[in-house]
Amino acid sequence: MTTKAVLEVRDLNVRYNTSAGPIHAVSEVSFDVFGDEVFGIAGESGCGKSTLIRALLRLLSPNGICESAVISFKGHDLRTMPDREFRKDILWREISLVPQSAMNSLNPVYRVGAQIVEAIRAHRRCTRATARERVAELFDVVGLQADLMDSYPHEFSGGMRQRAMIAMALALDPALIIMDEPTTGLDVLVQERILRRIRKIRDAIASSIILITHDIAVIAEMCDRIAVMYGGRFMEQARSLDLFESPHHPYTLGLKNAFPSIHAVGAELISIPGFPPGLIGPQTSCPFEPRCPFRIERCATETPQPVTITEQHEIRCFRSAEAESLRELAKSKATWHCSN
Amino acid sequence: MALFELKNVNRHFEIRPGLVSRVLHRHPTRWIKAVEALNLTLEEDEVLGIAGESGCGKSTTCMMIAGLAPPTAGEIHYRGKRVDNLEGEALRRHRRHVQMIFQDPYESLNPRFRVFDIVAEGPRAMALWPERGIGTRVADILFAVGLEPGKYNARFPHELSGGERQRVGIASALVMEPETVIADEPLSMLDVSIRAGILDLLRGLAQERHFSCIYVSHDLSILGNIADRLLVMYLGQAVEIGPLKQVIRAPKHPYTRALIGAVPVPDPRYRRPIPRISGDIARPIDPPPGCRFAPRCPYADASCRKTFLGLDTSDPLHHQAACHRLEQITDDDI
Repeated sequence: MTTKAVLEVRDLNVRYNTSAGPIHAVSEVSFDVFGDEVFGIAGESGCGKSTLIRALLRLLSPNGICESAVISFKGHDLRTMPDREFRKDILWREISLVPQSAMNSLNPVYRVGAQIVEAIRAHRRCTRATARERVAELFDVVGLQADLMDSYPHEFSGGMRQRAMIAMALALDPALIIMDEPTTGLDVLVQERILRRIRKIRDAIASSIILITHDIAVIAEMCDRIAVMYGGRFMEQARSLDLFESPHHPYTLGLKNAFPSIHAVGAELISIPGFPPGLIGPQTSCPFEPRCPFRIERCATETPQPVTITEQHEIRCFRSAEAESLRELAKSKATWHCSN
Repeated sequence: MALFELKNVNRHFEIRPGLVSRVLHRHPTRWIKAVEALNLTLEEDEVLGIAGESGCGKSTTCMMIAGLAPPTAGEIHYRGKRVDNLEGEALRRHRRHVQMIFQDPYESLNPRFRVFDIVAEGPRAMALWPERGIGTRVADILFAVGLEPGKYNARFPHELSGGERQRVGIASALVMEPETVIADEPLSMLDVSIRAGILDLLRGLAQERHFSCIYVSHDLSILGNIADRLLVMYLGQAVEIGPLKQVIRAPKHPYTRALIGAVPVPDPRYRRPIPRISGDIARPIDPPPGCRFAPRCPYADASCRKTFLGLDTSDPLHHQAACHRLEQITDDDI
């Protein structure tokens, strides 16, 4: 891992203006993605993880407003870059996206290879034949036979379509690939194969990857560093070993309790009571406060600011100093289900 | 005595080409063999997990047990009585004993019904109790699934969260007082943090109200948390069955080994072994005889391609795999 950040984001906020008032989908998010690493964003539905990447790629719907202090990509300031230039020089060429339900993102009436050729030729001046050669190479990288290029999407299985989308994302050697739930909805064996493929690609072409998923097991296996997102904020951010071995934030503790592992058959799972927050109106408390068994008075009136625990380990919690004892308490079901 | 018994059950679907194809091109009728030669028992008060990938026949199996799709061959017995050939009123009455909880709580509740009416619909349709009796039972069951009746009775599904909706789905299955509940991926649409709550609820209710449960999922980590016994299916064939811990900790069949080896583990230190199987899952259209996993199996030989070893279901505690080559598989292989 190099120490130079490919992507630097500081204080990113996204709000959607709706008739019910502004929805603060993403608040005060800051992170770096370094060269050659997989950065994971874990969170449940509605936590703002998809909005965050849409904001980075300028794909927000018209009522979405993005404000930030810094979005810097390889030295370019992405906040001030005109849309035209962004689309031509950055999108796809430098930052590409494997969208959620990528399986259904291919145009059903065009051959798979032709769609990738089109993407290549939209950004790079080259002949159709050169582009086709490139597609054949890409198919090889993602583990598809080159002669499948002239098939239609319906002739592909779900896993093959997913691999074709990954091939398309790799087409122009981008420095950063964003993958939004790349294996959700795929069968276990297919998922295993695609994850293995993604790891291989990362080693081979030295791109950075942002991986977004709700599946903590996938995050654990794939990522170098992880951010846990809740209510539009990064609640905890750490290297994956640190996050799994010394989690600090109560939400992270809760998620770990709630997630089954095949290596612990029959172990008790503990759910987190309550519901995710609505995010309408101004945010004046910790978003996890209503569900948190360790809340104190201050949590309801003030938003916690990031606290650095160790190098590259940050959390937003007023009780970060007591993490050790909270971690012990969080193991018991009574902590989560009786205090409320 | 077993609650349900499936004896050599098949379910085939016909793919009949159109008239022109049949007459001019002489395309033959083909068959999708969704479930083949399945023997299975469901004991009282047990949770049977069925695992497998898409197209393995797990949902078809559920439909047959629920009486929604009769088998094309074989017999299904319920408390010793044959039920696969029931018709009309007898079938209607039998269905009360087998209720389903569906995968998608966003699609399976009628958006124009209030919670009370959704839950009361089954008992009303069957005229199980007078209206007042239905009222008290609906209130009871809503309370049991953790939805306070006074607060939730008059709500519409769109006013509920995903977890609350799935609780309504569970209530409307249980209000019928079934002896068997079939849950087909009931957690896959829900958030991680609330899944455990629904699992606990289902397990607790099964013990309290004495029903058996068939829990279908492709997620082995979740099955590892609810099932007593596990059945693994591949392309319509039952490949392995046994008590949960034995199947997950010491899988026998090469497919089960690959499947369990591929489940992601929430531990960044874990290094996964590379599975030794190749290729993609086929479609069960006119499959050749023998074991359907054979084309992808590193151990397959001629005998595998000729005959399929069925499972002997006389003893529910017996852990067994439908494989000719068990002796050739060593423990360090995946």
